[in-house]
Amino acid sequence: MSKLYTGAEIVFKCLQDQDVDFIFGYPGGAVLPIYDELKNFNSIKHILVRHEQGAGHAAEGYARSSGKPGIVLVTSGPGATNAVTALTDAYMDSIPLVCISGQVPTHLIGTDAFQECDTTGITRPCTKHNWLVKDIKDLQKTIHKAFEVATTGRPGPVLVDIPKDIQFQKIKYAPFKKSKNTNGKSYSYFNQSEIDKLVDLMSKSKKPIFYTGGGVINSGPKASELLKELVRLTGFPITSTLQGLGCYPGDDEQFLGMLGMHGTYEANNAMHDCDLMINIGARFDDRITGKLDEFSPNSKKVHIDIDPSSINKNVKVDLPLVGDVKLVLTSIIKTIKKKKPNFVKSNNHNTSKWWEKINKWRQKKSLNYINSDSSIKPQYAIERLYELTKNKDTYITTEVGQHQMWAAQHYKFDKPNRWMTSGGLGTMGYGLPAAVGVQIAHPNKLVIDIAGEASVLMTMQEMSTAVQYGLPIKIFILNNEYMGMVRQWQELLHDKNYSESYTAALPDFVKLAEAYGCVGIRARTPDELDDKIIEMLNTDRPVIFDCLVDKQENCFPMIPSGKPHNQMILGPEDEKDNKITGKGKALV
Amino acid sequence: MPKSKSAYSVAGKKGKLDTHIIVVWVDNEAGVLARVVGLFSGRGYNIESLAVAEVDSKLNISRVTIVTTGTPEVIDQIKLQLKKLVPVHKVASFKRDDKKVIFKEMALFKFVTNNKKLKIAINACKKFNPVILDETNKSCVLQVTALRREIDKMSTSLKKYGLISISRTGAVAMTRGSEVFK
Repeated sequence: MSKLYTGAEIVFKCLQDQDVDFIFGYPGGAVLPIYDELKNFNSIKHILVRHEQGAGHAAEGYARSSGKPGIVLVTSGPGATNAVTALTDAYMDSIPLVCISGQVPTHLIGTDAFQECDTTGITRPCTKHNWLVKDIKDLQKTIHKAFEVATTGRPGPVLVDIPKDIQFQKIKYAPFKKSKNTNGKSYSYFNQSEIDKLVDLMSKSKKPIFYTGGGVINSGPKASELLKELVRLTGFPITSTLQGLGCYPGDDEQFLGMLGMHGTYEANNAMHDCDLMINIGARFDDRITGKLDEFSPNSKKVHIDIDPSSINKNVKVDLPLVGDVKLVLTSIIKTIKKKKPNFVKSNNHNTSKWWEKINKWRQKKSLNYINSDSSIKPQYAIERLYELTKNKDTYITTEVGQHQMWAAQHYKFDKPNRWMTSGGLGTMGYGLPAAVGVQIAHPNKLVIDIAGEASVLMTMQEMSTAVQYGLPIKIFILNNEYMGMVRQWQELLHDKNYSESYTAALPDFVKLAEAYGCVGIRARTPDELDDKIIEMLNTDRPVIFDCLVDKQENCFPMIPSGKPHNQMILGPEDEKDNKITGKGKALV
Repeated sequence: MPKSKSAYSVAGKKGKLDTHIIVVWVDNEAGVLARVVGLFSGRGYNIESLAVAEVDSKLNISRVTIVTTGTPEVIDQIKLQLKKLVPVHKVASFKRDDKKVIFKEMALFKFVTNNKKLKIAINACKKFNPVILDETNKSCVLQVTALRREIDKMSTSLKKYGLISISRTGAVAMTRGSEVFK
């Protein structure tokens, strides 16, 4: 007779079979049997966080930087509810997470038992799918199914809720064979005739643009390689969403920078004026499109996406291609090479006027700012950070707000999986725990969280995790004492009524760093910034870097609300020229 | 253009609303109805009526029939979102006025009144396959099957004949002829 295993052992055997190396978690009453088994499975290392939200974001950072699913282990009740923000964040940004939560014993479910909550009910709208395992016979198959659902098709978080009595019960473990097929929910629908149609559109277009997103990154590093090949092959301009940064080299001539609300002038104008828009793995988010009725009015729109429900959700497209980016790009490149071997040559003539126009927009230098000798401009801080780290294969995470947009504008990524930011949900407090997860996945790489002082305080407790595991993450705080983006909107939209956006009592971040047992560094002036950054980079321990920046700086360029792409507000210099005051401001 | 004090865009024009019937085949497991209904409420879609029951006990399949209103884009989006749910096997939809599809609701009417009025009431329901399920000399429970708007109409017009309680199902649907839903 074959050996019987407890439910808790089954959990770990499944994780082993799924090649899991790390779990991010926090123990509690309803998961104790699982924690008890940890000692018997040496190939799996548990990272103890300080709050379950931190576990979730750390797992997200791990997943985004490694391409493997992130694993979260939490207890029932508050453990599960604390993880909800991270699950929602992962759902919005399509990050594969497998969250295992403990639950009160089955006979107590529904009795309002201690630390009981309706975990599957609460997490239903923020996971791809979830399961409550009420029978030990279902446990193995459920966990394997959970991995399959999380990682196939459009990735996303899943949750498996395991009551405590199930963790104690015993059953056999069947040998596991990783199935190649998908959960039946990931389709590649596209066919050759659609590819032919696209290539035809491409060869006729005079004003084309590629608009790429996180889907390219999720499709794996190969997809980014193929994208590079396709862009070079066609000579078309390319712009990227916040999530797609890194899938195409940020310093390349054909790259127009990020688009959207805080995107570059050239990217947004090119999106507005183009005659062919090829969306690869992006989803026409409202921060991208601006006013929908006037979004790119004269273009044929092509949408490549693995999720059929993304097609026509916000913007009606002319040619949808449902499939994995990698596969679609492979077909496109193959078809171009076969049918139009001289594509670039014949196309250069077609698009030369378009590039002239783009270069005119470029001359606006929309990311420019007025630098200062006395105070550190936040944009300058990011530029210096980029210059001093660009040769180090750096991984960047961010929190949410102005610093996030400045990082996206001024830090240039040339590889996928190097940029981890909360785009869909916009979760303040994402970056620090995400950096923990990234550093776990890449112990020898430089990992920096570009942070704001308000955001980072939301999950500051995870510094303790970084210290415990000797993770030399760098928390680079652009400290302006304000919730900067809130302050900016209040300035532009609410008559400078800075309601509750100033933090009157901030901690001394240098002392705070010391209290956590890591290193604190402060930079006050532009002169000392470089030296201090180098000092940070030379420190082989976790660092909190308190960079005191200009408190009034706003993030430009910006598409005001209700405006289309071609009506951007540029920086303060443009403001002076165009006198956007009084009445005009109310329209912002 | 309306002045906006928000970083979100202003709402665009609303398209024409149509009534659609959506039929969903799902695994009959705990929580599956909550997933379907939660998708509707979470994304702000309407549910006009809902009928659900297991139709294949061997394969554990339930059939959900949902009547909903929305613009063509919204209806497409509902179908695509439903197809993404793990326990959903297939989704079909058609317009309410589609001639190829039979579409019925059932209602139970309780009348408490005198014999004369009862007779008039039963007579008025003649077109809608009335079945008397229970009868005393001053009350009657009547089963009818009809279209939604017909039942709506009767439930007001029969009030004067002693109709005091109504219980009705959501719509169920079936294709005509040899066709089946795909």
